[in-house]
Amino acid sequence: MHPAYSVILFTTASGAGYGLLFWITLAATFGVLPGGRLLGLAALAFALALITIGLLASTLHLGRPARAIGAFSQWRSSWLSREGVAAVATYVPAGLLWLSWLFYWYSDVFHAVAALAAAGAVVTVYCTGMIYGSLRTIRQWNKPLVPVFYLAAAGSTGALLFGLIYSAFGYSSALQEVLVLCLVAVTGAVKLLYWRQCDADAGQYTAEMATGLGSFGKVRPLDPPHTMPNFVMREMGYQVGRKHAQKLRRLVLLFLIAGPMLALALSAQTGVGVFVWYFLAVLMTVVGIVTERWLFFAEAEHVSMLFYGAERA
Amino acid sequence: MTTLPKTTQKKLGLVIDLDICVGCQACATSCKEWNTGGYSAPLSDHDPYGADPSGAWLNRIHSYELGEGAAGRTVHFPRSCLHCEEPDCVTVCPTGASYKREEDGIVLVNPDTCIGCKLCSWACPYGAREYDYDDGVMKKCTLCVDRIYNETLEEEDRVPACVRACPTGARAFGDLGDPDSEVSKNVAAREGFNLLEAFGYKPTNKYLPPRLKTSAHVAPQAAARPAPVQAGNGSAVEKLFAWADQKLSR
Repeated sequence: MHPAYSVILFTTASGAGYGLLFWITLAATFGVLPGGRLLGLAALAFALALITIGLLASTLHLGRPARAIGAFSQWRSSWLSREGVAAVATYVPAGLLWLSWLFYWYSDVFHAVAALAAAGAVVTVYCTGMIYGSLRTIRQWNKPLVPVFYLAAAGSTGALLFGLIYSAFGYSSALQEVLVLCLVAVTGAVKLLYWRQCDADAGQYTAEMATGLGSFGKVRPLDPPHTMPNFVMREMGYQVGRKHAQKLRRLVLLFLIAGPMLALALSAQTGVGVFVWYFLAVLMTVVGIVTERWLFFAEAEHVSMLFYGAERA
Repeated sequence: MTTLPKTTQKKLGLVIDLDICVGCQACATSCKEWNTGGYSAPLSDHDPYGADPSGAWLNRIHSYELGEGAAGRTVHFPRSCLHCEEPDCVTVCPTGASYKREEDGIVLVNPDTCIGCKLCSWACPYGAREYDYDDGVMKKCTLCVDRIYNETLEEEDRVPACVRACPTGARAFGDLGDPDSEVSKNVAAREGFNLLEAFGYKPTNKYLPPRLKTSAHVAPQAAARPAPVQAGNGSAVEKLFAWADQKLSR
């Protein structure tokens, strides 16, 4: 599948934003948000900014962005529509919470509002994962681990951002760092398991099944229907990244998982300059998550390529 | 509405006979000609006369080679939207632009509400939907919905453009939900089949298989042919002939 930069930016930025939103609002739900009001305001604003950048980027992928309002209508059947509805709905409790901190509206009801925002973040990221996870035409995507990874990646990248902001305000907490370490490790484990599943799945459909001509022997393309690639081949038959897949997978493990874990472990050891270590971890994570998302598209094989010479899909 | 109708009154579709299709591309060009001037905006082309031509076409004709040696054969294979009964290309659409008609089962894209997210093309295992970069919306076979009910056309023209254009009669149009229709009878008689049946979208369009070769049509075995003349005794005349043969063979 063709990795559109707008979709990579959308899924990674909004994922991290919703992850950050989740951790802030979860802490606020239980009244344990550390660092007080200013940290809450800054972190929540940062989360909403990331989410907004991501959602705006997703509209760049559209041929007719001006009509995007229509995408909120088909939530009964479409995961993309559900994602849109959940994303916009989550702005309401998240925005209310931010205003409540800004204007000192202290009330027990804001614990419930925070819980709603946390739930909205989870639902939105799950819907994003299911846009891909529901497509039976792409076996690398049509797996239960796809939405799980989207949730894990959002959780760990959001937690790293939370740690970055937390340390920027001069706070540090060993418990928080251990939690982030665990989240990054879980994200890595899910990704490794996902790759193992992908590698074990050679595809259940063949060119013979696609054309229905298997009884005559092996089906081989003779004359193509067009002299140069068409939309279907460019969009669904993207092959540039596949030969480098193993190298890129190692790059993902290094920058998304091992690097940030090492940085956090070192920060716990040295005890000074926690912010610097978090900053390093976040920088590596940016490279890691963008590479991971690019690979998620580039490694995905579409059933329609069976008509264009793919033997299995 | 992107939820699928439970049943459709008719199941209009195409039956494509792979035995007699000659791969002439007349259906593809006729499709392009009709649909670039009819329903919706033109089907845009980019760099049509240059080195990297591309464009939105609703019908693509592949040619495949099947089997090995003397039993091998060439099959021309038109591929377009199959107007499936249970396709995800409809249900994934976030705006309701992609829909299946209750009255005749035709799957259409509303060009006025499509946002061009391309998700429907990702959900189609047949690669039947092509994005129009100029119009910013998805394009697909409409089963010439603007021909088949069009009373301003002569009655014989009220069939999809591809069917009208086919010089060998390899394409037929009709109601595949009616077991007594011509197309349904032909599908039953010729053991018509679905593409990628195992995928489960329940295509409406059917394909008729190439007929089996009778033994009289089997090409002679390669070994039965006379061996080509090899260079002979190495005389000057032979070398001259070999040289001439080589030059003339270029």
